[in-house]
Amino acid sequence: MKATTIHAKAHVYGDHIDTDRIIPGKYTKTLDLSTLADHVLEDLDPNFNKIVQQGDILVAGINFGCGSSREQAPLALKQAGVSVVIAQDFARIFFRNAINIGLPVLEIADHNIQKGAELDIDLKAGIVKDLSANKVYSATKLPDIMIDILNEGGLVNYLTKHGNYSL
Amino acid sequence: MGQTISEKIISKHVGKKVFAGELVISDVDGAMASDTTGPLTIKAFHEMGGKKVFNPEKCALIIDHAAPSPNERIANLHKMMRDFAKEQGMRLFEIGEGICHQVMVENHYVKPGDIFIGADSHTPTYGALNAFACGVGSTDLAATMMTGKIWLKVPQTIKINCSGKLKEGVTAKDLILFLVGKVTVSGATYQAIEFSGEAFEGLSLASRMTIANMSSEMGAKTGIVHPKGLQLDYDFEAITPDEHANYVKVFDFDVTDLEPQVSAPESPDNVHNISAYEGTKIDYAFIGTCCNGRLEDLDIAAEILKGKKIHPDVRMVIAPASQSVLLDAMKNGSMSTLIEAGASLITSGCGPCVGTHQGVPADGEVVISAANRNFRGRMGNPNSNIYLGAPSTVAAAALEGYIVNPKKYLL
Repeated sequence: MKATTIHAKAHVYGDHIDTDRIIPGKYTKTLDLSTLADHVLEDLDPNFNKIVQQGDILVAGINFGCGSSREQAPLALKQAGVSVVIAQDFARIFFRNAINIGLPVLEIADHNIQKGAELDIDLKAGIVKDLSANKVYSATKLPDIMIDILNEGGLVNYLTKHGNYSL
Repeated sequence: MGQTISEKIISKHVGKKVFAGELVISDVDGAMASDTTGPLTIKAFHEMGGKKVFNPEKCALIIDHAAPSPNERIANLHKMMRDFAKEQGMRLFEIGEGICHQVMVENHYVKPGDIFIGADSHTPTYGALNAFACGVGSTDLAATMMTGKIWLKVPQTIKINCSGKLKEGVTAKDLILFLVGKVTVSGATYQAIEFSGEAFEGLSLASRMTIANMSSEMGAKTGIVHPKGLQLDYDFEAITPDEHANYVKVFDFDVTDLEPQVSAPESPDNVHNISAYEGTKIDYAFIGTCCNGRLEDLDIAAEILKGKKIHPDVRMVIAPASQSVLLDAMKNGSMSTLIEAGASLITSGCGPCVGTHQGVPADGEVVISAANRNFRGRMGNPNSNIYLGAPSTVAAAALEGYIVNPKKYLL
């Protein structure tokens, strides 16, 4: 994990944002990350890739990233500039994929973050300060192995360094 | 303390008795990736220092999601997969050989009691075989191909017990749609499902695959059908749960009176009795996919369409789950029946279901599909609507031009 503190604006969406909405299947067959970023969230919010700024935060409700196993979904978000995803909870494959590619994800079951909120995030402590609503949230702690993977910047770096998994 | 099926299978692979909530690094029996996930897998495999795939006999790549290639970009990704498979001495299933999950089962890549990891969200399909099978993304799969292992949190298990036998004309797809509606799309997130009870015991392997397949539509890590009644063409040791296994939740349903089910746009859990949607006009009928492209699915559609023509305002696309399914449907006559009725046969694969090619709906069109997902834009056009149903429901709708209860054609 490079930056452990983030200060940025929140883009807020609803529940059950599936991976088809994050990146439609027709765009997934590519290794070109900019193609993914060009179409990120286009069936949910066609303006998103125009308004997102480097470092911005994506915020959602429950079951974020349900559906397909496509790692292109977190890759598209990361390439578009999203620095962290906060959701009430995540679908499991998306959750693993995000950590594996080094995109931090924070599960905050009771958040009430509103569109455009300014957030201060301490990734290491899992603390999110909603400066707009003057609220502080604590994210669910990740399993230790996920913290190790995220600290290395993703699973490729983790395995390059360690050669195998260790608990 | 008693164990669930998942706890037993994982325990066997980690060499000690483990229970829900424990974090483990487990041996894996096999792994696969498709052409959506394979190229990124190969890239990650090289980047993480991978040299040899852990067991080339039990690892495979399958070209199914965009088969045959619709453009030069994807053609080059397919070539990358062919080159990698050759270099690693592992099998690549070519265009038309079949959908990943179907060919993994047909070719015995996965067997009862195995842990199998697939870079595709419908990998839990192998729960039909009494195996613990999980979907992952590309980088996870690359790591498994390199190390032969995966890290897992041993999941809690939800037990879904269905008593009673399905009525004539009601199929496994209707049953699983009903269950997805009850459990909801996030009702089993991070958890395993065990399907047990009389309703599952008489099901064929194909029908069990339909059931386990849609575990992922409930968010589950895996979904395993109780092996009672499972018939395979080889001997196997069935893994059954202990009597005092610990379940996080138990659902009990009597499905004796279950009617055909339909999932309406735009979430698989938006499920109601078919009567709620009867009369909905459709433009496009699709039978195929890892959920419902097997021989029994084509047979029931052929039974409904035999000697008839589909509605003139409807087009119908059939994608058999594999070449072997296609050959069987040619031999028993179902394929001729479907084509004579006006259906169009496409290469075995995933194209229409994932919106890659070979059948994208137009703006404002309504699709009735035997697939497992109806998210907005799923079939390639966000301005179309997808209803999900059993192959029998799809065939009856193709015939009449609107959604209709198929039972009158099956009794």
